[in-house]
Parts: sequence; structure tokens; C-alpha cells
Amino acid sequence: MEQKFEVRAIENGTVIDHLPSDSLFKIIYLLGLENDTHRMTFGNNLESKRMGTKAIIKITDRFCQQDEINRIALFAPMASVNIIRDFKVVEKRQVEVPRTIEGFVKCANPKCITNVEPVKTSFTVQETDGEISLVCKYCEKTTHQDNMKLVK
Amino acid sequence: MGKKNLVSINDFTREEIIKITELAARFEADPHQQVLAGKVIASLFFEPSTRTRLSFESAINHLGGRVIGFSEVSNTSLSKGETFHDTITTISNYCDMIVMRHYIEGAARYAGEISRVPVVNAGDGANQHPSQTLLDLYSIKKTQGRLDDINITMIGDLKYGRTVHSLLQALSHFNPTFTFVAPDELKMPEEYKRFLDSKGIPYTETREILPAINDADIVYMTRVQRERFSDPMEYERMKNVYVLKNDMLQGTKPNMRILHPLPRVGEIDPDVDSNPKAYYFQQTENGVYTRMAIISYLLGVVK
Repeated sequence: MEQKFEVRAIENGTVIDHLPSDSLFKIIYLLGLENDTHRMTFGNNLESKRMGTKAIIKITDRFCQQDEINRIALFAPMASVNIIRDFKVVEKRQVEVPRTIEGFVKCANPKCITNVEPVKTSFTVQETDGEISLVCKYCEKTTHQDNMKLVK
Repeated sequence: MGKKNLVSINDFTREEIIKITELAARFEADPHQQVLAGKVIASLFFEPSTRTRLSFESAINHLGGRVIGFSEVSNTSLSKGETFHDTITTISNYCDMIVMRHYIEGAARYAGEISRVPVVNAGDGANQHPSQTLLDLYSIKKTQGRLDDINITMIGDLKYGRTVHSLLQALSHFNPTFTFVAPDELKMPEEYKRFLDSKGIPYTETREILPAINDADIVYMTRVQRERFSDPMEYERMKNVYVLKNDMLQGTKPNMRILHPLPRVGEIDPDVDSNPKAYYFQQTENGVYTRMAIISYLLGVVK
């Protein structure tokens, strides 16, 4: 594996691999890593046979839960998540597209109540032809993948 | 029944839609049943809409209910900077139901979550206006004797017109056949066509009114709005293409009726008004009975 030479292996924790290069910073935010005190390594624009370039995240001693992993699906549905113990992959977790998304993605409709009042966003997730889109519970408008912005 | 709101036409099942049309017919037969006696209903119009507001308030008054509220926000606490959340929380403590119109999309859904009492959406921006959809359905039922298997031709602004989108969603319970007549710029959006495909509902698209209206049971006209066009010359050209005239109705079916959510601007020539197939003014009367039905049903005061 080519990234072995670029990013060091970890003893225990979570390795999130095969992230699109342009998704890395969104995923750091989605998983709340900017305030996380675990030791972690981010690699970006690494070579990938499958993807051209990719990003990777390694978090020492933190074992990501399935609901956290599913959030990644919005930006990196092809990501692979490995749980590492004693330098070995003990579990491969699949990214599953969640049915609903609450609170961390903005509705793309500027006239939506969630962009006017402090209302927590809430969406039903739709998947058509591998493309993910979100239907707002409030304004019922669709936010497409290329329009998804995170709530700051 | 716990608290139930009517925010989107999708909040009602097929059975509930049928129930509303049956109740509307009962209120039409006897519009002075005092089923709302002792009830106070807040009519909150954050955006002016004379027609819709008066229709709701007429419905409430006929049934013996009392109305409180406002028809514009300039003299409310909102103009002092109060949040929408606080306004709704407070007012829901004063009344048995809230009927509201707001320019912000999703405002009614949010109000329904905050409010202690049922919320009826009387229009939230370009999103939903379910009482309009239900009165359209009642008008279809009344004129055709059924809701099932209706052949309906929708004409005009099918891209931005919320009434056609909601009516399409509601009719999807009743095995309809659709014909869409619109300029390329104002065609039915893909997401609604995909929705019809997913339910196996047939539709055709065309740019010409004739012969698209000849097989129709219902012709649903909409207004082509000037603000939808970036090029004013394009608007002038379009608005004259999608005008229904009396002589165009010669080949239409005897049971065909023309509906329009109103106000119309020029898309139905006044020479159509005297044709018995013109139904858009009776449609507004049906709106009062339909709103009686909606309010009574949500308050649980009728069986």
C-alpha cells in the first residue's frame, strides 16, 4: 500500500481512507476533529490507484462509531473505515448513507426558515444514481451534493 | 386524535383528502353549523394575502368561531425585533388554532413544532399552500363526481407554480393522467416528473394548448409571472402564447371544467367567463367550504 510510506501506521485507533481530496477539511469538521485532543495524522493529495488522489485520516486511540462514520457518506460515500488494534485491522466498517441528517448541513434555499431563524436543520436523504441529495423538512426544497455546506 | 397540523399537502393521506372533500360537501349543504362556537382562531398574515385571509376568516365566522390576528406585520412585535419563535409561542397560548401565511419557506412547519395548538399553513413563500390544493380537489370532485382517473391538463408556469406542484402530489393518490403545457423556460421540474415515474403515473409534455385540452376532464390554468423572466421581451411573447380563449374550447369534452387558483392576469380571456366550462369563480366559493372542513377536522369538532 503506497500510503504506508507517506503516513505512519498507528497502533490503536481509526483509519479513514479513500476520502476525496476536496472532502478532507469538511470531514475534519464533521467529525469534530478540530477540537479533538487525540493524536492524529491527516494526509491529503496522496497518490491513489483507484481515485487519482485521495485523503486519509488516522486517529490514535479513538474508535469512531457507526453514526459518526455515516455522516462521512455525504461527502465521501466510497470511504473505507478501519478500526486498528495492535497495528492490525480488527474491523472494517462500511459507510452507510443515513436516512435522515440533523443539524450539520445547511439548507441551500436562502429563503428557508433554517437560514433565517436559529432552527436546527433536518433532512431526509435521497439517493438517485449514486448521487446524494437532501430534502429539507421545513421548506421541502432539495439540496444537492455539490451545494452542501456545513453549518458553522 | 393528538394535535395535527396541515402544513403540506403530504401531511394528509388519501383517506384524509377524501374525508376533507366529504366534509366540505356537508358544509356546503349547511354552511351555518355552529361547530366552532367558543373557539378563538388566530389568523396570522406575516405577508398580505387578502383573498386567502378573507376566505379563511369567512369560513371561521360562518361556523361561529372568533378570529384574532393581523393582516401585515408592521404593527406587531416582529417589527420590534421579536423572533418568530417567540411570536408563535406567545400567540399559541391565546387561541385554539393558528392559520398563518408567511413569506419564509418552512415557517409553517417550524410553527407547527413550536405551537401548542394546531397550525394551518395558508402559504409559506414558494413552498406549500395546502388549503388551495384541497379546494382544487374539492372542485374536481364536485364537477367530475370523482377524484379517481382524472385526465388533467396543466397550463402555464409549471416550473415555479406551487399550486400545480401540490396538486400533482395530491392527485398522485388517485391514478390521474397528466398533460403539461408550458414553454421550455417554465417546464415541469425534473424532480416532479421523476416522482410521477416512480409511481407509474403517465404524463405528456407539449408547448401547445391545442389539442392538449381536448381529452381533458380538468384544465388547470396558471399565471405566467413577469418576474420569472430575465428578458422582458421574452415575457411579452410568452404571456400571449398561453392564453385560453373561448373558441379554443370547441373540441373539449362536455364534462371539462377550467380551474385557476386566481388572480388571473390575462391568461384566460374574459370571453371564456360566460362559457359553462369556466369554473374558476365557483372554485373560490368552494374554498370557503374546504377551509371549514380543514379547520373542523383538525380541531376534531366534526365526525
